[in-house]
Amino acid sequence: MEQSAVDNKKRSHSGRSTRAIVKPHVMEEWVGKVYTTLCILVLVITIGAIVYFVSSRGLATFFVDGVSLSGLLGGLKWDPEADIPLYGALPFIFGSFSTSLLAALLAAPLSLCAAVFMTQIMPGFGKRVLQPVIELLAGIPSVVFGFIGLSVVVPALRAIFPGQGIGIAAGAIVLSLMILPTITTIATDALAALPRGLKEGSFALGATRWQTIYRIVIPTTLPSLLTGVVLGMSRAFGEALAVQMVIGNSPHIPHSLFESASTLTSAITLSMGNTVMGSTHNNALWSLALILLSMTFVFVFVVRFLERRNNR
Amino acid sequence: MKKVLLVVVALMLTIGLAACGSKNNNGESTNTNSQNSGTTNETASLSGSLLATGSSALQPLVEQVSKKFMEDAKYSGITVQVQGGGSGTGLTQVSGGQADIGNSDIFAEEKFVDADADKAKELVDHQVAVVAMATVINKDIAVDNLTKQQLVDIFTGKVTNWKEVGGADEKITIVNRPSSSGTRKTFEKYALGTKSEDVQGSIQEDSSGTVKKLVSETPGAIGYLALSYIDDTVKTVKYEGVEPKEETVVTGEYPVWAYEHMYTKGEPNEIAKAFLDYMLSDSVQSGDVVELGYIPMNKMEVKRDVDGNITK
Repeated sequence: MEQSAVDNKKRSHSGRSTRAIVKPHVMEEWVGKVYTTLCILVLVITIGAIVYFVSSRGLATFFVDGVSLSGLLGGLKWDPEADIPLYGALPFIFGSFSTSLLAALLAAPLSLCAAVFMTQIMPGFGKRVLQPVIELLAGIPSVVFGFIGLSVVVPALRAIFPGQGIGIAAGAIVLSLMILPTITTIATDALAALPRGLKEGSFALGATRWQTIYRIVIPTTLPSLLTGVVLGMSRAFGEALAVQMVIGNSPHIPHSLFESASTLTSAITLSMGNTVMGSTHNNALWSLALILLSMTFVFVFVVRFLERRNNR
Repeated sequence: MKKVLLVVVALMLTIGLAACGSKNNNGESTNTNSQNSGTTNETASLSGSLLATGSSALQPLVEQVSKKFMEDAKYSGITVQVQGGGSGTGLTQVSGGQADIGNSDIFAEEKFVDADADKAKELVDHQVAVVAMATVINKDIAVDNLTKQQLVDIFTGKVTNWKEVGGADEKITIVNRPSSSGTRKTFEKYALGTKSEDVQGSIQEDSSGTVKKLVSETPGAIGYLALSYIDDTVKTVKYEGVEPKEETVVTGEYPVWAYEHMYTKGEPNEIAKAFLDYMLSDSVQSGDVVELGYIPMNKMEVKRDVDGNITK
């Protein structure tokens, strides 16, 4: 039945397309539509498959292996290879949040200043020299950042502060460098898109450049600037390799910023290859991935919310 | 109407593409199989592809040997692909049939436990080399021998200062492997005889390069490395008075060593067998194996089974 229906559709369609050859623009339109639909379909299927895969593995920890949700989210001890395995992921969640928040706190002021400088203070020099330099940072592979962190940041922190130098502080510093271009680029775009009339009106009223910048320019573009910060944070949240190299990866909540800690991503990358697919340990790692995925959803939601406020 | 048609066409194309993909796979595997059954005793006509995946500790050796293997005129028809990913990945993939050879640092019986225990029985073990591990410490520490008990105390967090084991007054920093790591399991089993703990403030890294860098730079650091990674940036310590080196390992005097396994599912097919035989040939064993810091199989004067029982 269904097959014949499809055939009918095909026939009726081929009848139409013979006529369409006469009008090439109709044909073009059709090809374009099929192509874009196909691409979107592949994209939707891929995303759906990823979400399905991560959730099915991640939820198996609770439904198949019988680990309790509160135990995973609130447990303080992560020891999956012990005789009585424990899957407490709170140290990782704590590590992920503290590193990315701290990184955003370090990077946001720098990025905002850079963006203000490039658009409001020296637009010519900023556009020609500073912007390419900052965008260059985005192209550096994360393993390079990790290695710089390990060779420069960690010894420096060890020399200045008590402790091994390895820890959340080192992770946050490395991450803040990595998210600098993300925040700067978005902030620059937002500031450059500011209607000229606003600034000119402010100048006309006798305001100085600084008054204009911090009373008019920044408050008006604040939602966009925050979007940049949130996107930067979400990048920091998902970064694995560079953080893994400098944070120490001990599954505990540290007593100081300079003591070994661990993040969700580093816990996953450290153990994923060593565990057997389908074992409880492996599933628990997928649960961590599920937490990461849901956090990404939260970040996307926050960005959307900020954008909507911006458009109003 | 048009929209429905578009979706139908797109779906058909997607399914078509997927079918093509699987057809290719089938083609490849049947090709390999027919080649296997087709060849009788003429090794020269062997052709097909071989995928070896798993342990990153064994990866450099397999990679180097596979290159030589493919250059050998006798095996020119065989393509060998080598991938890393960890012992767990290797064992999962060979057991699931995705890979022909699974590389592992530890016995499959140790990885497949509880519900998965049956999977280990299907796998055939081919031991291709021995790797020994030594305890390494920062060069500034004035300790050159540690007993088993001292090591246990350090790695379970009972002893936290070097002065308690005969060194200067300095805090001990443990550089460990993740609890799922094969190297850590070997170290725990044969050096400590007990599970070590993730002590608060300890550092965990999964790459031997990073472990070496951290031990060489962090004051008071202790870790363990395969002999092939050790150079003069770190200091090796004797274990119960025995120096970790090839001569003491082969006689069984120094106990911290493990086989490097290459597992096949069932008996290896002709291609895999050719490669495994090549791996155990004299030129490889006394050439590449020694060159890369492993210990050749034929030099071992003792044998060990999965439970750690040693026989001469």
